[in-house]
Amino acid sequence: MLGRVANTIYWMNRYLERAENYARFMDVNYNLSLELPPNEVEQWQPLVLITGDWELYESLYPKVEKSKVIYFLTFDKENPNSIFNCILNSRENARAVRAEITKEVWEQINALYYLVKNTAAKKNQTNKELRRFFTDIKNGCQLVYGMYYATISRNEGWHFAKLGQIIERADKTSRVLDAKYHLLLKSPKLVGSSLDLIQWAALLKSVSAFDMYRKKYGKLTSSGIAEFLILDTEFPRSILACLLSAERCLITLSGSSVGFSNLAQKKLGVLKSQLEYADINDIIAEGMHEYLDDLQGKLNDVSSAIYNSFFSIEPYIQTQSQS
Amino acid sequence: MYDTSFTLMPKLDFSAYDTKGFYDEMFDENNVIRPNYKLFAERLQNFSQKKLNTLQHATDRAQLSLGMTFNVYSDNQGIERILHLDIIPRIISSNEWTELEKGLQQRIKALNLFIQDIYNDQKVIKDKIIPKEMIFSSASYLKELEGFKPPKDIWCHITGSDLIKGGDGQYYVLEDNLRCPSGVSYMLENREILKRTFPELFEQLDVKPVYNYTHTLRDTLESLVDIDKPTVVVMTPGIYNSAYFEHSYLAQQMGAELVEGRDLVVKNDMVYMITTNGLQRVDVIYRRVDDDFIDPEVFNKKSLLGTPGLFRAYLKGNVVLVNAPGTGVVDDKAVYAYIPRIIKYYLGEDMILPNVKTYICDEADDCKYVIENIHNLVVKQTDASGGYGMLIGPKSTKKEQQEFIAKIKAKPRNYIAQPMINLSRVPTIADNTIEGRHVDLRPYALYGDDIKIIPGALTRVALEKGSIVVNSSQGGGSKDTWVLNS
Repeated sequence: MLGRVANTIYWMNRYLERAENYARFMDVNYNLSLELPPNEVEQWQPLVLITGDWELYESLYPKVEKSKVIYFLTFDKENPNSIFNCILNSRENARAVRAEITKEVWEQINALYYLVKNTAAKKNQTNKELRRFFTDIKNGCQLVYGMYYATISRNEGWHFAKLGQIIERADKTSRVLDAKYHLLLKSPKLVGSSLDLIQWAALLKSVSAFDMYRKKYGKLTSSGIAEFLILDTEFPRSILACLLSAERCLITLSGSSVGFSNLAQKKLGVLKSQLEYADINDIIAEGMHEYLDDLQGKLNDVSSAIYNSFFSIEPYIQTQSQS
Repeated sequence: MYDTSFTLMPKLDFSAYDTKGFYDEMFDENNVIRPNYKLFAERLQNFSQKKLNTLQHATDRAQLSLGMTFNVYSDNQGIERILHLDIIPRIISSNEWTELEKGLQQRIKALNLFIQDIYNDQKVIKDKIIPKEMIFSSASYLKELEGFKPPKDIWCHITGSDLIKGGDGQYYVLEDNLRCPSGVSYMLENREILKRTFPELFEQLDVKPVYNYTHTLRDTLESLVDIDKPTVVVMTPGIYNSAYFEHSYLAQQMGAELVEGRDLVVKNDMVYMITTNGLQRVDVIYRRVDDDFIDPEVFNKKSLLGTPGLFRAYLKGNVVLVNAPGTGVVDDKAVYAYIPRIIKYYLGEDMILPNVKTYICDEADDCKYVIENIHNLVVKQTDASGGYGMLIGPKSTKKEQQEFIAKIKAKPRNYIAQPMINLSRVPTIADNTIEGRHVDLRPYALYGDDIKIIPGALTRVALEKGSIVVNSSQGGGSKDTWVLNS
């Protein structure tokens, strides 16, 4: 497979996963805002913090406002990571690799594009319309995954697509945990209150983890939730489960299951082992934020290593100009 | 909800349909339905105008969904347009098609011999069939190819000639398009869309299928090298090219890799693509990048679309380029005027499919005639296409005519003129009614072991009333083209 094409497929899916995550974050936060007691301030800033685009938000909008945050994360063309731009980029990437994907997958990504394009063109959307939109985005992305799963051969392209999706997913889970965890622990007097419970539940729902967490742990506790979202090996959105899945992709792509045969495998293997032998109590004792911050940095390193190991065409271009 | 079209809606009414002054493909001069449209017309009786409008609307949506769009501006926020597909097909009888097929085969065979000759022995020049200045002054003539013979001596593997039918009911070849003819994906997808929107009409109408085009294309490309399972790729300028949909469509349908110039590298005069596992040798390139841009080492130095060294690899015979570079010399509108003589010269046969009468401004008598009769003629720039650089005499102002006369006098070699042909018309949906609109016809030919004409075509239609400009860049649409089996 062409290096450029592999890179494009990887990003096609990263953007799709990002759009789906954003839609879920917003929908859950919306839901949460409905259940808050009247005197409680709505928490919209953490949403922007999660995405890592706080600086851009501050430069565009004077203060944190529900409607501005929603616009910024959903339709804002100035925000390279808004749902609008994520879907646009995913589709441009899909167009560039149209020959690698099936008609089913392409038509569904294309349909998502028309969904965001047409919705973005409408003025003054009601809450109901917006929530409907978030649901449509979530379902639309899931439909792409489903069609991908059902119609694409497990060839190189499949594994690069999968890599893009799970690296993005691990990153978003770590970010949502980081932002929410801090927020929740800032108010020790609320521990155990009904507000506290609603917010923990919302955190789990942001990553579609509520039902599976309940099944495994029953009681909502901060350490239990952190453990579930970082170290669980069975839940598909936990960070370790994502890394395990990425490892399998890299083994297939590299053809070696012992040790490593390229930088991507090496970086990922080290990070995965670190999580495999981690204990949630140690993580909490050492500082959750520091831990997650470090982890996000290492995920970025893995992504760069994938680029250098498989996609980069720089060395060839150099030999080309020398000849 | 139930479909009311059969009971309450008025039936289609063709009584006001106007065929005066033009050849209409569906009705003869007495407003009687022609035999090739007979069964279709009977079935169409079951549709109301409203139902047709609904179906028409559904095809627009289908095209958007398939991504059959082209960018109007070259950035990703630009406007994407579809090539409007009118749902009333153009229907061609079996006999008419057989003649057309023979004519195209004859023409392509002769033109291929001509190209081989002008880059090699130049007998056609020595025998004074065509003046040598005509060839060497063509912007598309590539002196780098002198003495070169492509694999299997085939230059124009893929052709999409533009044909028109005049008021006399006769087909004429307007342009040969031997470079990178586009539009074949529309021929294929239009058929798929029409089958979906009009299933009732298709049944038992005995329309020749077009679906095997991409199989034949792949076979043609593979037949050019003596390698078992050669690596065939489609080369595109990228996603911002207006024909990108077609490039990706053909690659996907053929199961070929879709590459850009930057995906290829030339080492030791061989072409490789850069893959996730290193370099992989490429054998055949169906390139949709123009001659001028394929190799910055030889042609346009600023081209970022090509691959340095590609042309060198080609001349060494290490890769096949399809179509061969240098074929554009036939597309020169001045060379076109000599084609009847070229066919006679190489094949000893009279031309089956006639040319449109062409005045060569570079020849003194013709030039004088053109200037005196410019108001009746269509004047064309010899190296332009897409409906640009032309003057339609009867529809132009005195000022425009004077401007063109000045241009012709300055550079007569760059202009030809042709009489105005009344393009034939096909009934077309227009604002809640059906009216005749002018059409042309672009059938596709593949030249491998033999010359195959695919039984179908892209029919381009000028959507604006009275217009004869069918180019997609200037408000043209398309129609599915049905070739009947009997």
